[in-house]
Amino acid sequence: MSNPILSVRQAVKTYGKFRALDAVDLDIREGEFLTLLGPSGSGKTTLLSAIAGFTALDGGVVHARGGDITPLPPEKRDFAMVFQGYALFPTMTVAENVGYPLRVRKWSKQDIRDRVRECLDLVQMGQFADRMPNQLSGGQQQRIALARALSFRPDVLLLDEPLSALDKKLRADLQWELKALHERLGVTFVYVTHDQDEALSMSDRIVILKDGAIQQEGAPGELYDWPRTRFVANFLGKSNFIEARMAGREGDRLIAEAAGHRFAVKPAAGAPETGAGCLALRPERIRLGRPGEQAFAGRVKQISYLGERCQVLVDHDVLGEVLVSQPTWHAGVRPEPRMDVSFGWDAEACVPLTDA
Amino acid sequence: MNEKLRYWMLVLPALAVMILFYIWPVLNIWGISVTEPSAGLGNYTRMFDSNAVRVSFVLTFRVAAITTILCLLLGYVLAYTISNFATRVRPLMLGLVLLPFWVSVLIRSFAWIVLLGRSGLVNDALMDAGLISTPIRFMHNELGVLIAMVHVMLPFAVLPMLTNMRGIDGSYMRAARGLGASEWRAFREVYFPQTLPGVFSGGLLVFVLSLGFYITPALLGGGRVMMISEYITYQIQEFLNWGLGAALSVALLVATAIVLLVAARFVNLRKTFLERS
Repeated sequence: MSNPILSVRQAVKTYGKFRALDAVDLDIREGEFLTLLGPSGSGKTTLLSAIAGFTALDGGVVHARGGDITPLPPEKRDFAMVFQGYALFPTMTVAENVGYPLRVRKWSKQDIRDRVRECLDLVQMGQFADRMPNQLSGGQQQRIALARALSFRPDVLLLDEPLSALDKKLRADLQWELKALHERLGVTFVYVTHDQDEALSMSDRIVILKDGAIQQEGAPGELYDWPRTRFVANFLGKSNFIEARMAGREGDRLIAEAAGHRFAVKPAAGAPETGAGCLALRPERIRLGRPGEQAFAGRVKQISYLGERCQVLVDHDVLGEVLVSQPTWHAGVRPEPRMDVSFGWDAEACVPLTDA
Repeated sequence: MNEKLRYWMLVLPALAVMILFYIWPVLNIWGISVTEPSAGLGNYTRMFDSNAVRVSFVLTFRVAAITTILCLLLGYVLAYTISNFATRVRPLMLGLVLLPFWVSVLIRSFAWIVLLGRSGLVNDALMDAGLISTPIRFMHNELGVLIAMVHVMLPFAVLPMLTNMRGIDGSYMRAARGLGASEWRAFREVYFPQTLPGVFSGGLLVFVLSLGFYITPALLGGGRVMMISEYITYQIQEFLNWGLGAALSVALLVATAIVLLVAARFVNLRKTFLERS
């Protein structure tokens, strides 16, 4: 990797017997939008906190631009952080909040005033400069928290679930804004979330954590299309799992057998190519048809209508319950409960997993 | 039965007790102050002319003020420690703060006499250790009154500050430090201003209670540190001077009311007295 702005080596943090971080290695590239994604207790917040300097590691080091910053207190690291609850100082006005990092850095009054105005305009909050934080809505407070964190032009912005307290619609709006801000400023964003949609929609790169260790990392599309483990396949989007017998290669394709059918899958590094295997299959890759049209016969068990899409649970004798997701506005079969259907998928829709 | 009537039925017993045993006697005191020994404002002119009364009032306000300041200093550190560091021992520390409430003020004051007397534990220990050759006078002076008053009043200072501090999320300090402020600077500029409501509440509570406090100053002052409530008792019990005693009571009530009125401009009184801990 070329010139990481931040790197973590063999980071270990334990709380009693609980290993919050278990020998984590991570490189963060300059200017990227990196998301640490994982369920609660996966160590993502601990990792961010260790980078910020609030959590002292039990082992391992944090490097920034090549220098060891492990022993430095947070205020000496020159990163900015945005918190889940915004943490705007309630005794200061919006302008004083945004100017606080500059005041700490002993900027002149005039420079502070100019930069504060610039930053408030950046988040479209210019007319709120003299308000107190508690007079603002959650979304507005979050914008101010962003403006405050960005006011001293840090190299790295650390964000700890900044949108989780907002309602769904506002969250979606702010996701666009965050992404736009990132592209405009070129600051490195390290973003912690447990929300896979947030991770997929904003990140250049996602690091998925579980039990204090990195499970897999990569670009959103790469992770979604090529999950290596059951955990990743199920945490990032939904997945069906098919227990298959792997029958080795035929040319550059891998052959799998399940429920009496042979089909091709794309080989994946580290996944078994013979013997028992497990395949991940995205619900939207499955096609429904009238009985006999597709390879597998099943019966509709349940339908869940989601507006633009609808999810259909189909029962199969051998494969069990199979989740199918198709656009509601769809020319093919319109499933009804207890209807006999058939289903199938294109070659290479299945991804072999390493933890069969 | 309509809602309003039911409501009045519920508060009536307590209201009756208050009127009969509190409001009525207080009004009587007001009456006595302008009728005994003769009708008119004679008691009040005597009160304002009396040097002894002035000395007692000044002493009362001074002792109350010093007690308040010491309680706030000690209490702030204690509340800060309990709310920010004591995670596992927090229930124990809270219990120790509340413990004095379950022991009568009288007993606590006598305990201080045992400790601070001429041949009390403190003096004995200091003399045995060879640190002093003659006993220090801890009692029957303002020092003794202050020591015991601070002890009695400390919980009243700690509890409002503790409630206040426990409501302050740790992320404010972290945010300040993450933005470049040193620990001390973050405390001074971000944490401390947020604790001021608790400081004002605690201070007001201690000050108002100290103004009318009787038992502890009487016992540890030994008649030499005559705060206003003891002065009133003296007038009534020793000199049977009901008129002047009543006038002094009214003056104390008015003084306390003025303190509260002034404080109301800075402190949320409802929060201080009704929603404590």
